[in-house]
Amino acid sequence: MNTKQFKQILTDGAWRQNTGLVVLLGLCPLLAVTNTLVNGLALGLATLLTLMVSNLSVSALRGLLKPEIRIPAFVLIIASVVTVIELLMNAYFYDLFRTLGIFIPLIVTNCAIIGRAEAFASRHSPLPSLLDGFATGLGFCITLVLLGALRELTGRGTLFTGAHTLLGDWGHNLVVTVIPEHPGFLLAMLPPGAFFGLALLIAARNAWQARITSGSVNALIPDANET
Amino acid sequence: MNSAPHPVLRSGILLGLIALLGTALLAGVNALTHERILEQEKRRMLQQLNAVMPVASYNNDLLEDRIEIRDETFFHHPATVTVYRARMDDQPVAVLMLVTAADGYNGDIRLLVAVDNTGAVLGVRVVSHRETPGLGDPIEIEKSNWILGFTNKSLLDPDSNGWAVKRDGGEFDQFTGATITPRAVVKTVHNTLLYFKANQKSLFESVSGKADQDEY
Repeated sequence: MNTKQFKQILTDGAWRQNTGLVVLLGLCPLLAVTNTLVNGLALGLATLLTLMVSNLSVSALRGLLKPEIRIPAFVLIIASVVTVIELLMNAYFYDLFRTLGIFIPLIVTNCAIIGRAEAFASRHSPLPSLLDGFATGLGFCITLVLLGALRELTGRGTLFTGAHTLLGDWGHNLVVTVIPEHPGFLLAMLPPGAFFGLALLIAARNAWQARITSGSVNALIPDANET
Repeated sequence: MNSAPHPVLRSGILLGLIALLGTALLAGVNALTHERILEQEKRRMLQQLNAVMPVASYNNDLLEDRIEIRDETFFHHPATVTVYRARMDDQPVAVLMLVTAADGYNGDIRLLVAVDNTGAVLGVRVVSHRETPGLGDPIEIEKSNWILGFTNKSLLDPDSNGWAVKRDGGEFDQFTGATITPRAVVKTVHNTLLYFKANQKSLFESVSGKADQDEY
């Protein structure tokens, strides 16, 4: 794997084919848990880890997997990885585990993970696959964090609420009150706010992409063709 | 007979092996984390109990000294009620009851109600609920002080007409835009006190239930 490939995989996963903003996979957890930055970050990290381990395992086994059994094999691998992560979180990040609840086991159903296993890991050697898992997970995680921050900021005027569930008691010190005496904006905290927030993020990403490719409107189209 | 196994058989075996590997991995991780998960659950439960029951006011093992009850005249919910008994040198001090209000706006509201030996409320906390954020969730201690309004209340203060939200002629505040949620909580706390009054003696006497050891 040379540097060019390396960069290619990284920008593909994290930017050009960003799971949350371009491919639009895994929207259920994306929309459901992002009411705070910390929740978004936690689910993002769990998904990132799942993607890396599942990509690595699928890639390592790819020589053995006949096409007709590859999907059940992927599901078995992904489900095992997610359950391990679930158990570990339950044991070591108990409060966070309770906050995220059902969305940790539901990582199994995130299409992005089986998508990467099928589209990338089953065709590439372990190292690029690991990197692809990392890049895709990173893109997803960043999207979750941005959406979480946006909703928390508009919804309750703070950032890093609940950091103690991730970092232990000193996390209380991290909570930043950006807008004091914020009256609370319910719309941002409820599911509709997630859709509005996601729409804004997608628009922002598209505008940025258009700017990179010399500002022409047509620049938005090729992206769609590549996926 | 010296040919390789049928492809279907080969695939089946391979899938079986992957499943076996996954199961072994899970069994291993489960064995490693099981104790710690139980400990975490215990710690959290004890934290919740101690929020309404000061540590200094009892000296028995609260989590172990518990019974499961079911009484449909007082609790209109199929779930059993868990009762933790607090004692000081074997003398009854208070009970902490995990009760469920079935008539919330959006499903069950699980409450922890601590009642001392005289029948007065030591404190109430919401353990879990699915009420609308921003409207029904001031019942949480993190959102407002409303739930503290139960402290020191008993069946005599207020009388049974007072055990209702203000809109229904009672003593307890409702929230702007949400009457159903506080109404359900008030009613359930009231029923818990009524149950306690009727069963006070037997509550402390019955032997600790050993069922569901893993659940706290």
